[in-house]
Amino acid sequence: MNQVNEQKIPKAPSKLKHYFTFILILLLLWGSAYQTDSTFSELIEGFPNMFSVLDQMIPPNWAYFDNIIEAMLDTIRMAVLGTTIGAIIAIPFAIFSASNMIKSTWVYYPVRFLLNLVRTIPELLLAAIFVAIFGLGPLPGIFALGIFSTGIIAKLTYEAIEGIDKGPLESMTAVGANKIQWIMFSVVPQVAAYYVSYVLYSFEINVRAAAILGLVGAGGIGEYYDRTLGFLEYDKVSTIIIFTLLVVLIIDYISTKLRENLL
Amino acid sequence: MSSATRPIKPKKNIVRRWVIFIALALLYIWALSGVPIEGFKETAGQISKAIVSGIFSPDWDYVYLPEGEDLLRGLLDTLAIAILGTFISAFLCIPFAFWAANNMSKFKANAGIGKFFLSFVRTFPELVMALLFIKMVGPGSFAGVLALGLHSIGMLGKLFSEEVENIDFGPSEALKATGARPLQTLWFAVFPQVLPGFISYTLYRFEINLRSASVLGIIGAGGIGTPLIFAMQSRDWSRVGIILLGIIVMVTIVDIISGYLRKKIV
Repeated sequence: MNQVNEQKIPKAPSKLKHYFTFILILLLLWGSAYQTDSTFSELIEGFPNMFSVLDQMIPPNWAYFDNIIEAMLDTIRMAVLGTTIGAIIAIPFAIFSASNMIKSTWVYYPVRFLLNLVRTIPELLLAAIFVAIFGLGPLPGIFALGIFSTGIIAKLTYEAIEGIDKGPLESMTAVGANKIQWIMFSVVPQVAAYYVSYVLYSFEINVRAAAILGLVGAGGIGEYYDRTLGFLEYDKVSTIIIFTLLVVLIIDYISTKLRENLL
Repeated sequence: MSSATRPIKPKKNIVRRWVIFIALALLYIWALSGVPIEGFKETAGQISKAIVSGIFSPDWDYVYLPEGEDLLRGLLDTLAIAILGTFISAFLCIPFAFWAANNMSKFKANAGIGKFFLSFVRTFPELVMALLFIKMVGPGSFAGVLALGLHSIGMLGKLFSEEVENIDFGPSEALKATGARPLQTLWFAVFPQVLPGFISYTLYRFEINLRSASVLGIIGAGGIGTPLIFAMQSRDWSRVGIILLGIIVMVTIVDIISGYLRKKIV
């Protein structure tokens, strides 16, 4: 009797896998902490510094506002132009990487691979390379943002194109449309709203990115971080940060509202 | 006859289209007027040629140098910064996630404040955070770890809180009915529901953090970015080429592994 009862209770699943995962994570963390020289003692030693910096950041130097307005407008201009360049270049890339537009795998796999490659390179690196080519100023920043947003917009758009309804495509083929008419009247109406929404989304990302591109000399408000932190003027730094946050939040809000209207 | 049967285009659409068109035109006039485009530097063509040839003939010797400061160690450093930064933020953001979740507090304003705080952290650029941490703990990887750890709270907290908002209250009510303490309810009813989502988002953020970690070095916060910016300043393009190649390969491999794990978990 006793034995039967014991068999009724199911055995708890083995916890070995959990223990292994746990140990693996601990090892990873320990290795990473060792590699980066991160220790708690250093963090605690840094605490007084931290508070003195924060103390100097408050109150912000409001008078500095006048000096950075022009740079902030430049940042937004860079984001607008960079997004536009990206949006235009992204169209052919999106069409050539959608499997229902181009039937040949020899075309869309290489194009997709190229897009993946572009998206692995952080925009700040692109900006640093373009600064080396074109010299200091907003121009390299605009190009970096353009290439960076091409990757995002093209990827999202080609996924939207692959999800469209086949009906209009077939009927355009049936009435004998050429390739351009085929795209204009059966693909564009179906993906236009998505495309515009993705462009706005990448504009939001680009505004944030443009705010820091100045750190490598690619124009915009980022240059002022270098200037003020170099002289330890933390009150001015906090003015720049607050201004940036304000602009980003406002642009995010407008863009989100527009996107909600579109879709 | 045939023209009369054609439907008339709706007028409202045309007006709206013109308004959008004019607004866009004004935006571009404003944007283009501000950017000084004073032509390219004469050396631009030469330098781009040097960069392209450098990228296609990478400096393979740099991959491993016995005395240190080579590509592999730089990449390992970058990876370590990303792992540690992601772990710190995944840990720290849990209380914020519960704070910002609508269904966890009785007052909606409370969750609203939490959400606002998280979006504030999200918009704070991580590079600026790294710059501030460099002033606090000195230049090096540790500043990068802290910057990533703090910055990622913003996004992870938001994603985690959405996961918390989607939980089913059945299991926790059942546990309460059996007389479980609040901590036990949290551990046995809430955590099992949100854990897969948490892990998946953490892996996703890890992918993003790896990309960020590779540029943190540009401002002196450790990782592969530091040798990269030095190589760029000394115009050593074949070294720039190998470092770029290294970053691309590492990011791609990590993306594939992390994507596989995420698919398995969800």
